[in-house]
Amino acid sequence: MKKTCVCAMLAMAFLVSRTMAQTPPSAESILARTDQNAVSGNKIILSAMTIHGRRDSRSISSKSWIQGKDKAFTEYLAPAREKGIKMLKLGDQLWTYSPDADRTISISGHMLRQSVMGSDLSYEDMLEDRELQTIYNARVVGEETVLERPCWVLELTSKGEEVAYYSRKVWVDKERFVVLKEEMYAKSNKLLKTLEVKSVIRVQGRWVQNVLVFKDVLKGGEGTEFKITAIEFEAAIPEYIFSKASLRK
Amino acid sequence: MIIPKLAFRNMLGAGAKTWLNAVVLSMAFVAIIWSQGLYIGIDAEVSRAMIEAECGGGQYWVEGYDPFDPFTIQDAHRPLTGPLRTLVEKGQATPFLIVQGTIYPGGRIVPVLLKGIDPGQKLLSIPSSVLKTADNELPALIGARMSATSGLKKGDTVTVRWRDAKGTFDAKDLQIVEVMRTTVQSIDSGQIWLPLQTLQEMAGMPSEATIVVTEKNYGPAVPIPGWTFKNLDYLLDDIKSVIQAKTIGSSILYSILLFLAMLAIFNTQLLSIWRRRKEIGTMMALGFSRGKVIRLFTLEGALNGVLAALVGAVYGIPLLAYTATHGLGLPADQIDSFGIAISEKLYPTYSGALVIGTTILVFSITTIVSFMPTRKIAKLKPTDALRGKLT
Repeated sequence: MKKTCVCAMLAMAFLVSRTMAQTPPSAESILARTDQNAVSGNKIILSAMTIHGRRDSRSISSKSWIQGKDKAFTEYLAPAREKGIKMLKLGDQLWTYSPDADRTISISGHMLRQSVMGSDLSYEDMLEDRELQTIYNARVVGEETVLERPCWVLELTSKGEEVAYYSRKVWVDKERFVVLKEEMYAKSNKLLKTLEVKSVIRVQGRWVQNVLVFKDVLKGGEGTEFKITAIEFEAAIPEYIFSKASLRK
Repeated sequence: MIIPKLAFRNMLGAGAKTWLNAVVLSMAFVAIIWSQGLYIGIDAEVSRAMIEAECGGGQYWVEGYDPFDPFTIQDAHRPLTGPLRTLVEKGQATPFLIVQGTIYPGGRIVPVLLKGIDPGQKLLSIPSSVLKTADNELPALIGARMSATSGLKKGDTVTVRWRDAKGTFDAKDLQIVEVMRTTVQSIDSGQIWLPLQTLQEMAGMPSEATIVVTEKNYGPAVPIPGWTFKNLDYLLDDIKSVIQAKTIGSSILYSILLFLAMLAIFNTQLLSIWRRRKEIGTMMALGFSRGKVIRLFTLEGALNGVLAALVGAVYGIPLLAYTATHGLGLPADQIDSFGIAISEKLYPTYSGALVIGTTILVFSITTIVSFMPTRKIAKLKPTDALRGKLT
């Protein structure tokens, strides 16, 4: 009798643990943890952007200073043609500085729709910085394996606020809570852009998308590849970096 | 009466010199009338085309809208209400909605302005009725310039992406149902015309418009809150400025011609006075006052203007009449380089005021130039003149 009871309890425990393992956490909690992982205080990033054109590919390297979601300053380092071009983002405003013309231009209106350096990324994509959980309703629609990692597949639909993409589909790593794949849809459900992560690295205790390919599906082509060559979290960034004056320095 | 007779005889007596002066002056004469007539014709043609295709009798713009400032377009939309709605319902005005978008022809990103137009409108010459077709989910009309730059042709399908009133992206495939040919670049380049109601639904701006074009001869404009009326003087001001600038540019050519002709007349007068100093002395000895002699020489010079007008008429009238009726052809690839809505053929317009004005101008300048050298005669003593002295 005692043996039977123990067996039954073990079977119960096994069933409960199986059930627990299969029940996904709520979509909201997955999104919250994903947002938490994506947003940091200060960071300095060295990156290379490879733009795959119809005829050839070109690579642009840059250094970015980022403070939270609202402030970012980028300076292009190479090639020689792009060297010295700077970009400043303060909230929903964006400026670029070209050393050739020695002019600072405010990017707004129709210019926001233009691509950044001929890439698949538009200026308005760069301005998208709100946390997903605040603007989307989410639901878990499945589980898939991406980059040999088990992922939750989340379907995000706009809460009705002013959002760029009405719906998204994101693949979130079950353990690391890093987005490994993303599809962005128009209101008409037409696929507009995709994000594919090629590798993820761990830096200062955080999982970071190391190599990712951003693709404007309507434009065609092979997309634009971003590779983070170095990243430093919680870096000391002087406040003057995020000023218009620093564009001309 | 003796002075005109003498002047006429002396002028013809000068022979080749007179004819040379007259021919050069006649060229300036014809060049002035031709170039002025050409730009008056362009002005009339451009204004007519702009009024028929775009301006109508004036436009109501949503407050804050500025077509030359793309930053203002995103928020430039407002529901049609009150007197503006009444105007539209009566068929005295037609609304346009303007939304920024992007098309992807052949994988390229091309920023465009999506313009919603009522397919049933009759106020403007835009062939909007082609957008009535029920076959296509999203029919679109483009101009020939837009077709050339985007590579889109009639029947082609292209994906268009835009942001609705809330800033959310949307995308759809549209089909080009017609490629229109128009001289008015401002309804063609970088623009795609869609059915108004469809664009209002696409953009989430029901019953809204950016501009409302009124019928021709509309007025007086009724002030409507939230809207600003732009009359034809305002809408055509840029075109007038461009034409004025081009007119000034062309005046350099005929100014040079006119200057050469005046130089020749001035020189002829000087030589004539020098060569005929004994004749001047004889005339004074016979009782001609200095004033009469001055009048004689001035009239001789001024008659060059009359002769130039006659010579100019001989070849100018047929030439100008031909260009007025047959027009002046422009190479197709240069039409857009003018920056204004000109057609493949330019038709100059020669008004009576232009011909009379030019004639008075040429006569006046010729008379002044003819008079200036004769001032020497005023100081001339008859005895010195008879001896051939000119002091």
